[in-house]
Amino acid sequence: MSKAINGRRTASGTQQTGTLSMLTRRDFLTAGAATLAMTAGGSRWSAAAEPIRIGEINSYSGLPAFTLPYRNGWQLAVEEINAAGGVLGRPLEVISRDDGGKPGDAVTAANELLSREKVALLVGTFFSHVGLAVADFANQKKVLFVAAEPLSDALTWEKGNRYTFRLRPNVSMQAGMLAEEAAKLKAKRWASIAPNYEYGQSAVAAFKRLMAARRPDIEWVAEQWPALGKLDPGPTVQVLAEAKPEAIFNVTFAADLTKFVREGQTRGLFKDREVVSLLTGEPEYLDPLAAEAPIGWIVTGYPWYEIDTPRHQAFLAAYQARFSDYPRLGSVVGYAAMKSVAAIITRAGKVDTELMVEAAKGVTLETPFDEIMYRSLDHQSTLGAYVGRTALRDGKGVMVNWRYADGAAYLPGAAEVAKLRPAR
Amino acid sequence: MAFVVIQFLNGLASAADLFLVSAGLSIIFGVTRIVNFAHGSFYMLGAYLAFTLVEGVFGPAFGFWPGIVAAAIAVAVLGGLLEVTLLRRIYQAPELFQLLATFGVVLIVQDLVLLVWGPEDRIGPRAPGLEGAVSLLGHQFPRYDLFLIALGPIVLGALFLLFRRTRWGILVRAATQDREMAAALGVNERWLFTSVFVLGAFLAGLGGAVQLPREAVHHTMDLEIIVEAFVVVVIGGLGSVTGAFLASIILAELNAFGIVIFPEVTLVLVFLVMAVVLVIRPTGLLGRPEFAIRAASGVAEPPITPQSEAARNWVFAGVLGLAVLPVVADAYVLSVATEIMIFVLFAISLQFLMGISGMVSFGHAASFGLGAYGAALMIKHAGAPMELAFLAGIGLAALGALVIGWFCVRLSGVYLAMLTLAFAQIAWSVAFQWYGVTGGDNGILGVWPAAWAASPIVFFYLTLAVTTLALVILRRIIFAPFGFGLRACRDSVLRAEAIGIDRRQVQWFGFAVAGAFAGVAGTLYAFLKGSVFPDVLAVPVSVDGLVMVLLGGIQRLNGPIVGALVYKLLQIVLASYTDYWRLVIGVIIIGLVVAFPQGIVGFFGTRLDTLLMQRRNNS
Repeated sequence: MSKAINGRRTASGTQQTGTLSMLTRRDFLTAGAATLAMTAGGSRWSAAAEPIRIGEINSYSGLPAFTLPYRNGWQLAVEEINAAGGVLGRPLEVISRDDGGKPGDAVTAANELLSREKVALLVGTFFSHVGLAVADFANQKKVLFVAAEPLSDALTWEKGNRYTFRLRPNVSMQAGMLAEEAAKLKAKRWASIAPNYEYGQSAVAAFKRLMAARRPDIEWVAEQWPALGKLDPGPTVQVLAEAKPEAIFNVTFAADLTKFVREGQTRGLFKDREVVSLLTGEPEYLDPLAAEAPIGWIVTGYPWYEIDTPRHQAFLAAYQARFSDYPRLGSVVGYAAMKSVAAIITRAGKVDTELMVEAAKGVTLETPFDEIMYRSLDHQSTLGAYVGRTALRDGKGVMVNWRYADGAAYLPGAAEVAKLRPAR
Repeated sequence: MAFVVIQFLNGLASAADLFLVSAGLSIIFGVTRIVNFAHGSFYMLGAYLAFTLVEGVFGPAFGFWPGIVAAAIAVAVLGGLLEVTLLRRIYQAPELFQLLATFGVVLIVQDLVLLVWGPEDRIGPRAPGLEGAVSLLGHQFPRYDLFLIALGPIVLGALFLLFRRTRWGILVRAATQDREMAAALGVNERWLFTSVFVLGAFLAGLGGAVQLPREAVHHTMDLEIIVEAFVVVVIGGLGSVTGAFLASIILAELNAFGIVIFPEVTLVLVFLVMAVVLVIRPTGLLGRPEFAIRAASGVAEPPITPQSEAARNWVFAGVLGLAVLPVVADAYVLSVATEIMIFVLFAISLQFLMGISGMVSFGHAASFGLGAYGAALMIKHAGAPMELAFLAGIGLAALGALVIGWFCVRLSGVYLAMLTLAFAQIAWSVAFQWYGVTGGDNGILGVWPAAWAASPIVFFYLTLAVTTLALVILRRIIFAPFGFGLRACRDSVLRAEAIGIDRRQVQWFGFAVAGAFAGVAGTLYAFLKGSVFPDVLAVPVSVDGLVMVLLGGIQRLNGPIVGALVYKLLQIVLASYTDYWRLVIGVIIIGLVVAFPQGIVGFFGTRLDTLLMQRRNNS
């Protein structure tokens, strides 16, 4: 246990820079030691209270910027759950594995967690293809899998299965939130830029479809499909500018986004143009842009600095006290994923896969955003996202004029789900 | 028209960076014959160091421009240190072995960057004086891009003067053309190699540093540039700086105009171009016919003989030991053992191609992946049973290898290796983009074994049986006339052809045999994992194979078995216990490289042979 919870902690300490880092690391070590004492000490739990083992898999080495805050999130949740008496009177114990961003390795890890560590269920993953591989593994081995981060629609629809549930709003839901805002714009000539893989393609397809329904008068005049991580900024921006669109739909993120934004601003691509951009408001992607963050883009994201609902305030205070760092969206996802696991087991009343699967259908729980429910229709949670415009404040990108878009409003009804999700 | 001109300039600006990195790579290869995987790491370190020196936590330590230069110099020093402390020890090792050491460096740098600079992307400042854009033909053109456009030719000119007008340059050119002759004439090779490495690293560091005002500095920069840089070097012609310049401009311009007409081309363009260039010009645009790489190692390999009694007993004992494994091991250990056996088979097939047939492949993943996809497609589209899907996988892999091999046997050395990479990447992009058939990057799910083979124990035995059988068959082939023919072609093309061996045909079939066996491994892998994604065709699979073969010892029959076992076991076990498994594996690989420059089996095998010889002589 001490390995599972504490053995990997050094990684999160390294995110800090400058003078803060010593303080952080010390805090963090103290906190870590506390966890150790609490979870491994055992005095709090009666001898009969054997921990419930949870198998967790994510791309820690492949995508540290997103997955390290994510891990902080689920750690915080585990600590809160165990401090409050655990689940069914038993503490949660998380055994965590790195999949290196490869589906094959994720299946190896899932196999290990299941047959060696005897975990009750699986949770985690970031990339869609890794999520799909683990989902199929879960279906084959008949074990519950709560997918935390993968966005692909296929996970709960086209390739959905009985044993897989998903927390984050999928691509279509997020595109729907943006399309709602985008339809209000005057722009008629649109261009798109998206990374050349399923996520980018399905995001553009969903956005176009939803826009067509609301605004039959718009036309798409250009599209760009840079390979992920290989966006060639000058030529790409030039091609988009040449088509003279009135608005741009962007799906690029991370390093590609930075290149696109920097080059676009130098060349005046965004001048007098509306930009609608998926995920760009998430601190993971907005913060690295620092003072060069774009202004006035319509984005989905997470304005942690302004959300003043009591449930979010409580989460924020606990997170900052624990890690001396502000939460990223990944933190919320990790936190909510582990809370989902606890809620499902509690509702099932017993650690039994079939009971847990039934319990997961329609289970409700509190997250830092809102109360959410896992729909029994398609196993998709109703977690939403924040939609707003970007702005620059004190040399940093922020979201302003935002609202919370409840995921439930962007999910299809029973009839459509029946078409999307083959009966299995 | 204005657009065409501007887009052409955009292409030139993009070409500059590619040129800086690939020029360094080309010079290093030309002189030292090292396929330097760590070149991308130099590039990334250049960017990170420039960020720290220019932006620094404690305020800018230098100004922008001095910071950029200082970063490049720092990388040059690191490159020199790497050469002196590591590579110098292993120049006498068999061909391509140095590649393994540089791969270890790549892994280490990846984690060090993470530890030092943290996981988040960093954004550097704009270049002072070159912020913003100038108006050019009615378009806004970044000032900094003008600087980049100028930088390419300036560096090319400087290198030209360096190579033509200095004594050092003459020595470098001499060594590029004929290393042994240069050494024989009393040129101090050691310092020549070190200085060449320093120069190459400097150029890569500079390439990374000048990206500061354009890019986010991030921790996958190394892998994003390295493959493309290799492509440029090969298209241009190995060791030719002017060729690298030309190739980087061609690639950048094709990309700039390609995305206007066909935006989806971004995935595969560079590899298509490389394949076309190599098929038409087997030594790149400005390359000269390659001198045999293996001659450069200076060590004659002893010919492979059928295994000694002792070695065969070892293998037999190993198989027997595995057969009783299910008695003591749990399901997880069995699945790990199954996975390792699959990679043993993959490594054996690659060793057959590289060690026996003398055709180095950087794209062996193509065969592995085609095997996996052949099986998965059969199940998905035809609903076939496992047995039939298994055959389909092998068939597709063999067919793919026949097609790829037909082109590849017309080339040799690194050019051949890069052509295999090009085909693998083309196969990957087809699997990645052909949604209707392959499911794109969402892959094919539900590729589970038939009911009778579903239990981990049965699947373990199935894999053991198939792997052992494949091993036996490959050994038979190696010592059959066909195998002798292959080895003859490997060792001397001229002599082989003189005694009437149809070199191309023999090598072509050898290529197909290796591909078919890699396909067997891929098929098993698909059923082990239950799903197939384009990853099975991607570069990391090819690299893993190379690492396994080199680690074990390229000329040793049992090398790939040990190499695959050690490498895969490390990967799987370490990933369970530490986030920094890359760092640990990198250090271990470098340790092994220094300790066993003939590969693990090569090292112990040589000693074992000597021992046996002594015993025989004594009795």
